[in-house]
Amino acid sequence: MTNSMADIAGQAAAMLVIGSNTTEQHPVFGTMIRRAVRTRGVKVVVADPRKIDLVEFAVLHLQHQPGTDVPLINGLMNIILEKGWEDQAFIAERTEGFVEFKAVVEQYTPERVAEITGVPVEQLYQAAEILATNKPMAVMWAMGITQHIVGVNNVMDLANLQMLLGNMGVPGGGVNPLRGQNNVQGACDMGGLPNVYPGYQAVTGEEARQKFEAAWGAPMSAKVGLTVTEMIPGAADDKVKALYILGENPVMSDPHAAHTRHCLEACEFVLLQDLFPTETLAYADVILPGVSFAEKSGTFTNTERRVQMVHQAIEPLGEARQDWRITAELAQQILKEGDRQVTGGAYAGWQYDHPAQIMAEIAALTPSYSGVSHERLDRGAQLQWPVKGADHPGTPILHVGQFARGKGKFMPIEHVPPAELPDEEYPMLLNTGRVLYHWHGGEMTRRARGLMEIYGQALVEVNPDDADRMGLNGHQRVRVTSRRGSIEAEALVTDRVPPGTVFANFHFPEASANELTIAALDPVAKIPEYKICAVKVEPV
Amino acid sequence: MTKIVNVTIDGQTVQAEEGQTILEVAQAANIHIPTLCYHRDLTPTGNCRICVVEVEKQRFLQASCVFPVMEGMVVHTDSERVIKSRRKTLELMLANHPQDCLVCDSSGSCDLQDLAYEYQVSVPAWGAKGARYEADSDPNPFVRVDFNKCILCRRCVLACNEIQCRDVWGVAYRGFDEQIVAGADVVMLDARCESCGQCAAYCPTGALSDKMSHGLGRAHQVTKVTTTCSYCGVGCQFDLNVKDGRIIGVTSNPDAPVNGMALCVKGRYGYDYVHHPDRLARPQVRQYLLDGRPKVKGDQWVEVDWETALEIAAVKLREIRDVHGPDTIGVLTSAKCTNEENYLMQKFARQVIGTNNVDHCARL
Ligand code: SF4
Ligand code: SF4
Repeated sequence: MTNSMADIAGQAAAMLVIGSNTTEQHPVFGTMIRRAVRTRGVKVVVADPRKIDLVEFAVLHLQHQPGTDVPLINGLMNIILEKGWEDQAFIAERTEGFVEFKAVVEQYTPERVAEITGVPVEQLYQAAEILATNKPMAVMWAMGITQHIVGVNNVMDLANLQMLLGNMGVPGGGVNPLRGQNNVQGACDMGGLPNVYPGYQAVTGEEARQKFEAAWGAPMSAKVGLTVTEMIPGAADDKVKALYILGENPVMSDPHAAHTRHCLEACEFVLLQDLFPTETLAYADVILPGVSFAEKSGTFTNTERRVQMVHQAIEPLGEARQDWRITAELAQQILKEGDRQVTGGAYAGWQYDHPAQIMAEIAALTPSYSGVSHERLDRGAQLQWPVKGADHPGTPILHVGQFARGKGKFMPIEHVPPAELPDEEYPMLLNTGRVLYHWHGGEMTRRARGLMEIYGQALVEVNPDDADRMGLNGHQRVRVTSRRGSIEAEALVTDRVPPGTVFANFHFPEASANELTIAALDPVAKIPEYKICAVKVEPV
Repeated sequence: MTKIVNVTIDGQTVQAEEGQTILEVAQAANIHIPTLCYHRDLTPTGNCRICVVEVEKQRFLQASCVFPVMEGMVVHTDSERVIKSRRKTLELMLANHPQDCLVCDSSGSCDLQDLAYEYQVSVPAWGAKGARYEADSDPNPFVRVDFNKCILCRRCVLACNEIQCRDVWGVAYRGFDEQIVAGADVVMLDARCESCGQCAAYCPTGALSDKMSHGLGRAHQVTKVTTTCSYCGVGCQFDLNVKDGRIIGVTSNPDAPVNGMALCVKGRYGYDYVHHPDRLARPQVRQYLLDGRPKVKGDQWVEVDWETALEIAAVKLREIRDVHGPDTIGVLTSAKCTNEENYLMQKFARQVIGTNNVDHCARL
């Protein structure tokens, strides 16, 4: 997020929430938005194919067809330009590429956009007016925007919108992806990505490579590595022979589960470090028991780049060990012998007594974390990165006065339809996601008794019209089949989903949506198109 | 410009902004006024009458949480009349409250109990006729409802309405029968409750409490450890309540930077996975690895000590690295783990293995 949740809830005059089921997936921020609506009358526009709970608090719900985010956003920008609502000073001073961008947006006339998206022309005008004339306006999104083959395009188009309106670098504005996992932001910041070292220093950059070679005392590969969506399939065609998996459950969380199982099965050696015997465990060769957040110390970085302490509350259970210890011990063990020698380097070693020492190493090598330390956090410092030094207060809002890259670049974006749309054989569209009471593959929440009491089995949301047509009576089970697999689950008949669409979650192994999803990837981000594939639905 | 006024509280003259309440001004001046229905996060309603003070030139005692200060106002927070009134109010509340602090989960974290102690008020001889409501009357798996302990302060109503914006609780019936109800007097979940537990967190007594913690330990028996939620990226903080090496509950920490007192159902009540019997307790390896045989798919699991497991894993990874090359190894780090652990995982991939094949579930 370029901004903080507090400044958005406290200062935005309008909000566009697109592809984020905020009250279920970021619940406390969801309540902050509801409060802002109640106490300050903030105008919220929700753009979502589903009638999510937040719609209750919205002035307008744009129920666009799944996979039509770019035409929708282009259409809104077309109207903004038509009405002259753009921020000309901001565009002139802080951006480039406007002319090329404008040429593309001009082709997305309200009539054409209404046809592609299914959103009536009047609603497009209403939305454009609300979003453009109430300032500042904040844009929030989540996986509804990114989990598409055009995920990157969607994000860039939302950035276009905010530059067009001059809503960047101001409290209550900005482009704000809501990061899903508790520490997905931190995992990225720490270089848990195939293309960057900690702090987004590119692995292909000469300078960064030399820096880390010197620090870690070994030659580094200059080649960008494989993403998770390439790594696992890589096991099937023998490109990948071993996997070291920490706290992830690909069988539940990756698309096209049957293929995932096939790939893991083909892998020569799988080392799994986790809390539970997950669905992936069947394919492992060695299991190392790690610990939960309650049994270790360290930091998580939240969606607004805020680094916060995790404090150990109980001793590791059984013989489980803290995950940082396990990795360090394994590293030392491997480095004892073999072809790869580690020599010199201020941070080449693996002797850590406490995570605070690891943070000191991170700070030394990561400019955006250079002022972060456990000691400072424990003194109560509120730190949002970049934290450029021990006295630097952190950065609650990014891009104030200037973009990181200098000028903000408008990107002309064209509509590209989804990889797999309904056809005669698979006439319905499957959308997938999570529900309030569960988390991801359900490894934790299926082991939480009360949560299971409230939401104890997979439910497939079906629109009442479709239910009627299929002869469902509300409590019947359905079979949902795609080209890749089939699941059976109870139907939840609800107008949360539009006619022609069903929605399923991936919390329960006996009926996981990822048996059905397609492994079609965004060409740049390599994100699978979880949000759209074609299915047929029948009562059982 | 806000107008500055001079107010005298218990003989101390202080400056305040016009429109501030007496309570706010007193708190700023470190003058203690007891409260019960008041909470700094919620709109003051002045309905419990515990925070009453004497304002000179006013005939009646005034609820300080709602009464605004004015120029020249003289306030007594501790006069005999005030104390008498507070005692009477407490006596009336206690007359209608079960005397079961001995077995109440909230004993030690109960504002009513603290006030009874401060003012040395016990249940009057004429009061406490026995239970009027069923204890634990709602099937919600997380919020324990016992309206016998309710003092009708309405904090739950406001918490659900103003913090959660879900409007589950309301007040129904009249006079002695007045009662807090969910929706049109239905069970909480049917009144669209999201089980966030905000109402229980703001309840000053044991009327609404955390069902999962029932009978497991009270405030003075637990150690509270402030930490960050392990579910979503909002980054709420709260206190894990620990007793005898077990987490027995989660309580709000009002100083949490992102969320204050607010949490969602997973953060507040989704912690029992930590102690689930499924937890992996010891390292395990496949039998074929111990025998030094080639891979046998689905071979039997054998529990081993850490040394053996780490040695086997290290030998395998080293061998694959040295024979097939570093890029045939993939490392999946975890968005559920800490920054420190993620840093080590990518250092492991890049330094120990020599590959950039490191990723996590950000895309998934
Ligand atoms: S648990 Fe939350 S939603 Fe349910 S009644 Fe209490 S405050 Fe309202
Ligand atoms: S309490 Fe709920 S909203 Fe807060 S971080 Fe945890 S899961 Fe997210």
